[in-house]
Amino acid sequence: MDSKGMADAIPRLGALDHLGLAARAHGEKGAAGVRLAERRFLAKLNLRGDPNDHGFMGAVASVLDGFEPRIIPNTAVHTGRFDLLWLGPDEWLVVAADGAEAELEARLTAAVAPHGGTVTDVSESRTTIVVSGPNARDVLAKGCPLDLHPRAFAAGACAQSLVAKVGVILHRTDTAAPGEPARFELHALRSFADYLWRFLDDAGQEYGVTVMEG
Amino acid sequence: MSNGELRLPTGGRIDRAQPLRFIFDGAGYSGYAGDTLASALLANGVRLVGRSFKYHRPRGILSAGAEEPNALVELGNGARREPNLRATQIELHDGLVASSQNRWPSLDLDIGAINNLASRLLPSGFYYKTFMWPPSFWHFYEHFIRRAAGMGRAATEPDPDRYDHRYEHCDVLVVGAGPAGIAAALAAGRSGARVVLCDEQQEMGGDLLASMALIDGAPAADWVARALGELGALPEVRLLPRATAFGYYDHNAVAIVERVADHLARPGPGLPRQCVWHVRARRVVLATGAIERPLVFRDNDRPGVMLANAARVYLRRYAVACGRRAVLFTNNDAAYGAALDLRAGGMDIAAIVDLRADPKGQRTEAARAQGLRVLAGRAVIGVQGSKAVSGVEVARLQDDASAAILDREQIACDTVLMSGGWTPTIHLFSQSGGKLRFDTETAAFVPDRATQALRSAGACNGATRLSDCLAQGAAAGAAAAQDAGFAAAAPPLPELDPDLDEAPMRHLWVVPSDAPVGHKGKHFVDFQNDVTAADIRLASREGYRSVEHLKRYTTTGMGTDQGKTSNVAALAILAEATNASIPQVGTTTFRPPYTPVTMGALTGRTVGPLLEPARWTPIHRWHVRTGAVFENTGQWQRARYYPMAGEDMHAAVEREVRAARNLVGLFDASTLGKIDVKGPDSARFLDLVYTNSWSKLAIGRSRYGLMLRDDGYIYDDGVTTRLGPEHFLVSTTSGNAAPVLSFMEDLLQTEWPHLKVRLTSVTEQFAVVTLSGPMARRLLAELTRDIDLSPQAFPFMTLRAGTVAGIPVRVFRVSFTGDLSFEIQARASHGLALWHACLAVGEKYGITPYGLEAMHVLRAEKGYIIVGQETDGTATPDDLGMGAMVAHAKPDFIGKRGLKRAELLRPERKQLVGLRLADGEHKPLPEGAHLVNDPGLPPPMPMLGHVTSSYYSPTVGAPIALAMIKNGRARMGEELYAPLPDRVVRARVVAPCFFDPEGKRLHG
Repeated sequence: MDSKGMADAIPRLGALDHLGLAARAHGEKGAAGVRLAERRFLAKLNLRGDPNDHGFMGAVASVLDGFEPRIIPNTAVHTGRFDLLWLGPDEWLVVAADGAEAELEARLTAAVAPHGGTVTDVSESRTTIVVSGPNARDVLAKGCPLDLHPRAFAAGACAQSLVAKVGVILHRTDTAAPGEPARFELHALRSFADYLWRFLDDAGQEYGVTVMEG
Repeated sequence: MSNGELRLPTGGRIDRAQPLRFIFDGAGYSGYAGDTLASALLANGVRLVGRSFKYHRPRGILSAGAEEPNALVELGNGARREPNLRATQIELHDGLVASSQNRWPSLDLDIGAINNLASRLLPSGFYYKTFMWPPSFWHFYEHFIRRAAGMGRAATEPDPDRYDHRYEHCDVLVVGAGPAGIAAALAAGRSGARVVLCDEQQEMGGDLLASMALIDGAPAADWVARALGELGALPEVRLLPRATAFGYYDHNAVAIVERVADHLARPGPGLPRQCVWHVRARRVVLATGAIERPLVFRDNDRPGVMLANAARVYLRRYAVACGRRAVLFTNNDAAYGAALDLRAGGMDIAAIVDLRADPKGQRTEAARAQGLRVLAGRAVIGVQGSKAVSGVEVARLQDDASAAILDREQIACDTVLMSGGWTPTIHLFSQSGGKLRFDTETAAFVPDRATQALRSAGACNGATRLSDCLAQGAAAGAAAAQDAGFAAAAPPLPELDPDLDEAPMRHLWVVPSDAPVGHKGKHFVDFQNDVTAADIRLASREGYRSVEHLKRYTTTGMGTDQGKTSNVAALAILAEATNASIPQVGTTTFRPPYTPVTMGALTGRTVGPLLEPARWTPIHRWHVRTGAVFENTGQWQRARYYPMAGEDMHAAVEREVRAARNLVGLFDASTLGKIDVKGPDSARFLDLVYTNSWSKLAIGRSRYGLMLRDDGYIYDDGVTTRLGPEHFLVSTTSGNAAPVLSFMEDLLQTEWPHLKVRLTSVTEQFAVVTLSGPMARRLLAELTRDIDLSPQAFPFMTLRAGTVAGIPVRVFRVSFTGDLSFEIQARASHGLALWHACLAVGEKYGITPYGLEAMHVLRAEKGYIIVGQETDGTATPDDLGMGAMVAHAKPDFIGKRGLKRAELLRPERKQLVGLRLADGEHKPLPEGAHLVNDPGLPPPMPMLGHVTSSYYSPTVGAPIALAMIKNGRARMGEELYAPLPDRVVRARVVAPCFFDPEGKRLHG
């Protein structure tokens, strides 16, 4: 067995595994106002580069399904396979499926390095908590000082902020289609995930909380 | 009086289909849904509801709102007991339990009332004058004074309720849902703007709910219902009843406390009791209304003396007559309107006593036309009755208003309704930084110049007529929405009754009687704090001429009501006494909160397990299951030691240290800060932020670095490894990881933007498992096939990548114990598997997990410093014996200039040394202990330094310590003394290394 194959056989521990969310996800039913889920082990890469450098922008697009990084602050682009979130004037977060990080890091690095870009794997640093449902905004408003009203935080918006006492990268992932409830992905540092989950679970009680599959 | 006697058979906004039971001072009463505790008590004929703060005078309900100074009660019991709540703002619910305050043994028979008889001995400033001598006795007096100065009792148990916080953003925030506020919300809401309308009462509508006015030909309350219905249907309008805007902060941040469940007998699951809304509004409209002023006359505090408009509110909204027979005492026309309303509601109005010699307004005429007895140019000079009003004495005012002696008349009544004009509620405007203007005609401060994006409308802006309130509200709401970018227009005014002409008020701030003020009774100004007109005049005579001094000396306006009913009168009396105008006297500062806010609401849900995030490493679960004792380092919870059955900390740490020295120890180092540094200028950047040199560090090699602040003092330390030509991995201390990253990022963005360097925190990307001890290599060899662990192939301070137990890892040969060590970094999610693999294979080597405490002992034995323990923000590299780590030849680095300061080059600086204790000393010195040359000298004796780290060292078999000692390196072998509270310990200065000084183990 090669080393990658061996690594695949190693049990991995998620940041919220101790909460037994999978069992709750199967047990809880009903139309709760708040739906919570953890998406474990999403691939996350920190991408840095100069947005004024066409070479860099093109290099990113060549790897990410033809999409260039957004230059409008606090917006994200969804390529179908990847989410590309604006974090700063020269910084983005690439989010992809579990397991994609190694190959993606290598391909992106190869593409952007000639243009002074850098890529850092931060997949394990953060886990992703999904908050959705008709009261998703209400429960986030209890901890997040940002204005998440659709007029201020449109579909595809993203931001770095606080929820309760936890720094998060917040990403609105619904498409604002009629009847579609709001959906937010919160990328939070792994060590804070337990606190963040328990805060959301507690703050959501007045609307009812259902745990969903990630 | 029997229950329910004063409740009118019809009318009011109460729900007679929903009777509610409640208990006050142990007795059962009934009321209706829609009642406040105050209205229900009045309906039940309860007059006496409290005792005053200082004199324990019997007090009744004065008002119908937030300004209530008298009717403060305790609500609930046990853990839910809450003191000092205004009965006028407590919404009745079934099973409510309330009790009066500040009385013993009972409200009716209160021992403290003796203070009233002795009141000549309790002038203003009494405590300052009496209890300040001898100074040392204050602590003795204080105990009794605090108990005597009784407010309510707080609960002592933890609060069982849930509280919430919530952030809200809007285009227009409207505070107050009276006529002006509703008009503003309609104008703004119709434009599509995001509007929040909050109101402190259970029902929105403000004064319109008690008004007999017609709007568009229908009762005012109908207009309110229609307007609220329309607002409620607008998707971007949020209505917040039971929500008090209590604080106005910078940039239109307004804090609102919503009483979510206080009014519910059985709140739903998960519902918070109260919620603090943090509202950020583009524009604010303040429509906070106005508060009626009492008149200051003799014994104006007797139960049954009330504000005239409050009586009208009780009658119209709650169908409660405040008494059977009332005397109205006024200085203005508005009270005539109240009198007519009350009479229409069935109350007997014995007389209207008007301070004005010749009142002539249209309302006055209407009252006369209806046969009401108007006593013009007269004053109420005294109130009969102690626990309830039984009558008043009225006399004619002398022309100069210096006394009222002639034409005395006794009028029997059970209620005195007073009206001294209106005080606009300018608290929030003032909190926002707005400037006030004194309006002489109404004798009130009104908003002048706003400093934030806000408008005032309605009664809080000085308006007195309904038409003005509605017009100002509509205009303000429309303008606010326009400012926020919406095409808003002020709706046309509804059809209203014609405005009535009003005659001017007469300002007579202290109503004279047949005796000098302060004799034969008390003229109360501040009911809650028992401050009288005589007190203010006395304070003025004693030299307290600044309003701020007056306030603190007399305590006027310093109660929980913040003087809502008393401030203007107090200012006016001070102005008279000092021959100044009221604007010259000025007003005191308004501060949040407008009305008291519970600590629970301010705290929100950051209590108990949600108080603070507890950060866990990927291996945390194992520590918990093994029974580790934890220690908080920052927000991290780290295993301190792992006690086995029967072990205390000392025994466990000793066992862990011995195992790590003699066999192999296992340590969770995941919290160590890790910063990924990439870019062509990475080495240059590190050269600038660390004292030593990085440019020539070979790939795959590690180096220890010291980071200084500009002032030359040590800021952080750690090992940095070169992963590639333009790629480094910096490690920081666990607690300093985030600040160091910010520090570095700040430097890049502000000082050296030309450097091409990118920093990324990867602290949590990796779990770090450390194997340390003589057996570490043999153990690790069993777990890896692709890393050559031999000392030649993998020397100290180098890095190898490969697999351990099949897990992709980086292995660093670094050491914080002084022993052979391997620091293994794996992906965080593999951390626990790696830990388990090491434990399983390590069993035959005697592997022993060690915690933070053993790690501290191990590193102290070797003399390794911890930033923040050996350093205190004033230590230089040289102080720690690490002067050689400063590459002075480098053109620049942070702190280079600071190191040249005279203070840092001074001889006799404290230097790091080791300490060995005299034979027979088995107890380590306390950390922080001072060291001296001669403990025989009388204190304060010259001190040489202090202990920074101190442990029992199992390796040495004796206590050891690290210390910072003046000129320490020149004192090797010297004997010093540590004077402790119970003994003096002798210690010998040694080199700060107690284990393997040659480093054989480290490099082996």
